[in-house]
Amino acid sequence: MTKTPTRFDMPLTTDVAWCPGCGNYMLQSAVKMALHELAVDRKNLVMVSGIGQAAKAPQYLNAHMFNGLHGRALPAALGIKLSNRNLVVVVESGDGDMYGEGGNHFIHAIRRNMDITVIVHNNMVYGLTKGQASPTSQRGMTTPVQVEGVMLEPFNPLAVALALNAPFIARAYAGDVEETKKLIMQAISFRGFSLVDVFQPCVVFNKVNTYQWFKENTVYLPESHDATDRAAAFGLATATGKLPLGVFFRSEGRELYEDLIGVGKTPLYKQKPPDEKAFQNLIDTYR
Amino acid sequence: MHHYLHDISMVFAGEAGQGLQTVTETLLRILHKSGYCVFSCTEYMSRIRGGCNTTEIRITDKKRGAYLERIDMLFALSPLAVEHLKSRIRSGTLLFAEKTQFAERWDEHYIDTPFRKFAVETGSPVYSNTVAAGIVSGIIGLPIERFTDYLGEQFAAKGEDTVSKNRIAAKLGYDFGRRTAADKAILLPSPAASGSSGRLLMDGNTALGIGAIASGCNFISSYPMSPGTGLLTFLAAKSKTFGIVVDQAEDEIAAINAGIGASYGGARAVVSTSGGGFDLMQEGVSLAGMLETPIVIHIGQRPGPATGLPTRTEQGDLNLALHAGHGDFARAILAPGTLEELIESMQHAFRLANRFQIPVFVLTDQFLLDAITTIERKYIKRLPFESSIIKTKAGYQRFAFTDDGLSPRGVPGYGDGLVRVDSDEHDESGLITESFEMRQSMVEKRLKRKKALSDAALMPTIIGSLSEASTVVIAWGSNRGVLEEALALIGNKKLAGLHFAQPYPLNPEIKPLLEKRKLVVMENNATGQFADLLSLHTGRTISHRIVKATGQPFSVEEVAEAIKALIE
Repeated sequence: MTKTPTRFDMPLTTDVAWCPGCGNYMLQSAVKMALHELAVDRKNLVMVSGIGQAAKAPQYLNAHMFNGLHGRALPAALGIKLSNRNLVVVVESGDGDMYGEGGNHFIHAIRRNMDITVIVHNNMVYGLTKGQASPTSQRGMTTPVQVEGVMLEPFNPLAVALALNAPFIARAYAGDVEETKKLIMQAISFRGFSLVDVFQPCVVFNKVNTYQWFKENTVYLPESHDATDRAAAFGLATATGKLPLGVFFRSEGRELYEDLIGVGKTPLYKQKPPDEKAFQNLIDTYR
Repeated sequence: MHHYLHDISMVFAGEAGQGLQTVTETLLRILHKSGYCVFSCTEYMSRIRGGCNTTEIRITDKKRGAYLERIDMLFALSPLAVEHLKSRIRSGTLLFAEKTQFAERWDEHYIDTPFRKFAVETGSPVYSNTVAAGIVSGIIGLPIERFTDYLGEQFAAKGEDTVSKNRIAAKLGYDFGRRTAADKAILLPSPAASGSSGRLLMDGNTALGIGAIASGCNFISSYPMSPGTGLLTFLAAKSKTFGIVVDQAEDEIAAINAGIGASYGGARAVVSTSGGGFDLMQEGVSLAGMLETPIVIHIGQRPGPATGLPTRTEQGDLNLALHAGHGDFARAILAPGTLEELIESMQHAFRLANRFQIPVFVLTDQFLLDAITTIERKYIKRLPFESSIIKTKAGYQRFAFTDDGLSPRGVPGYGDGLVRVDSDEHDESGLITESFEMRQSMVEKRLKRKKALSDAALMPTIIGSLSEASTVVIAWGSNRGVLEEALALIGNKKLAGLHFAQPYPLNPEIKPLLEKRKLVVMENNATGQFADLLSLHTGRTISHRIVKATGQPFSVEEVAEAIKALIE
């Protein structure tokens, strides 16, 4: 694994809690390199996450950080973005956090369409709690809880995001750091809600979806795929067979939530209470 | 002969959708502009049409903040109303109703009052409300011009036809009211000499919202739930004027997490809900405790558990606010009891949240939020603005250890430092740690502020004179008005009252106020939650608890009787 030094690296002494060989490392490299190459100003970058191993990602990236509660990365990111729209807000969390505990927020964050980027570490298993099924686990995988194999249909984040008309939807494979970096760069540069679902092997608890498995079962979208064609994207997101990687859908110009609800350019921390005249005018309406 | 020299209690009762709200608002405006002291509260069913709802209006010579059991005039817009209020109807109650509506339920003692007949004569049943307001104005003897002027202002936007039709309906009602007043020889107080100048009329929701705006609140994220929705609606209506970011959340969990996120970014954030919604928000309370991030949480209380009585009132969420969230951390709870206190409490909540970097609760209830009364403009206080936000330098540590446990608070994008916060136990820079020593230091840091927080706690308001009192009746939150009036009604020097607008933490200075006196706590819940808290924190025994959890607020008479029973 190559590791290019970036402005977002933490000190080498940082105690990283990820297992040796974890796909999180590769994804982390891709994120740092993307931010570095985009020349994002560290002072304006807030990394937001929920809970889980993937959610520790902001701990290992040198920027502002909000590591909140399980499933609640998106509401926190919403508040952060609305408090200061000059901030670049990148949410990074796992499949359990984003699609399980935070499923409702995932739906409504897309409906709002804030200018944030959501990167999901999708390893199809709950790692930190020792290997139970996640919403994206494939049917049949046995676990200490799903003893007869996963019975439920896996959550399809791309199809759900497409159904909700998310304006930027991509899928990556962390084993290919260079391509993952490029997709993340596009997502962060995109104006609006951007989702990058990233396949990322859990080397300890997912013995099905391994590095080898992802290599054999993924394929990059053909150059001919028209990313503005939502119906085609939906077809690709729901098709059986090899899982496509790349930008499924990209649609410019959808209105941002920040604009719709009239969030001004001035960060809220700079706002002062209303002056006495404005306040007295308010009071006057109750005479 | 009916003389109401100091105090009239009128009740309007009818089905949801019949326009009780309109009659009440019209009358309150006109009475207020005429210089009367008014108090109005409302009780309604959890339905959109039908059922039986009531609003009470009191016209008094003093400012009042409670309702009376006694009804002097009942305007029954549907037969159900009489059944609903039978325990409050006395021989002296004048009952206004339309005979054709009542059929076999008609009682010859009622005053046949043509609400609908006059409306139809005017052109449509929709004018019934105006007729009703006209009748009341006539009975009270307000100048008709005051009413017709008001209608002109109110309906100007709807065109000349609407204004003139309403004026016709008003006049028909008014003349009927004058004749009835003469017939029944009704005499009423004349308005206060001072008139209405300097006096404002508003409901509790408005006062709470004014307090939020005064404090510079600029972010609200909430999920609608009665009676917490009023603050969301109010701030949404004022959002453009005052630069408030308003987000209707997908659920309460999102609301509080968004509020904390916004506060991390430097917003002055509030969330508003009711007990059932707050159940969901608890994880956010412990997050705020861990992140040492200010958040103001308004809980408009209603009866629980679960969905309870959705539109009724109770003070049952004190324990919830007190114990919400796991782990040990500091918090404060405010519970205003008047319009003045609502305005002040909200500002105080933001100051405490910012100064101590903690979650702060404001507990209200349906009764207080929906009650409409007057407030002297000169008593509207604006507390000085305080901000705890600093410009960070490189190497900034969000959780730096200090003597008082409070770290200078930076926000992302302001200064050269990085603001790193984590819900896991963390070190001074916000990085995850499992060091036992660091854990211990962080727990101590988070709790160290409790002393200063207690010392800054609001002292209770003393009602009457404590020096002569052998029994002290204690209330918190919305029961201030009813306690004041009940004590005044009893008029016994051996009795005094204390009202707590801050139930937690308690100021250590309160101890002398409670010594050598019999303590009685009254509260609108089943077990006496504040009585327990007070006893636990002061070591004093509470002799009696006056509790009520029917879903209704206390009336003046029932509190007076309960207290009298204790001292006799």
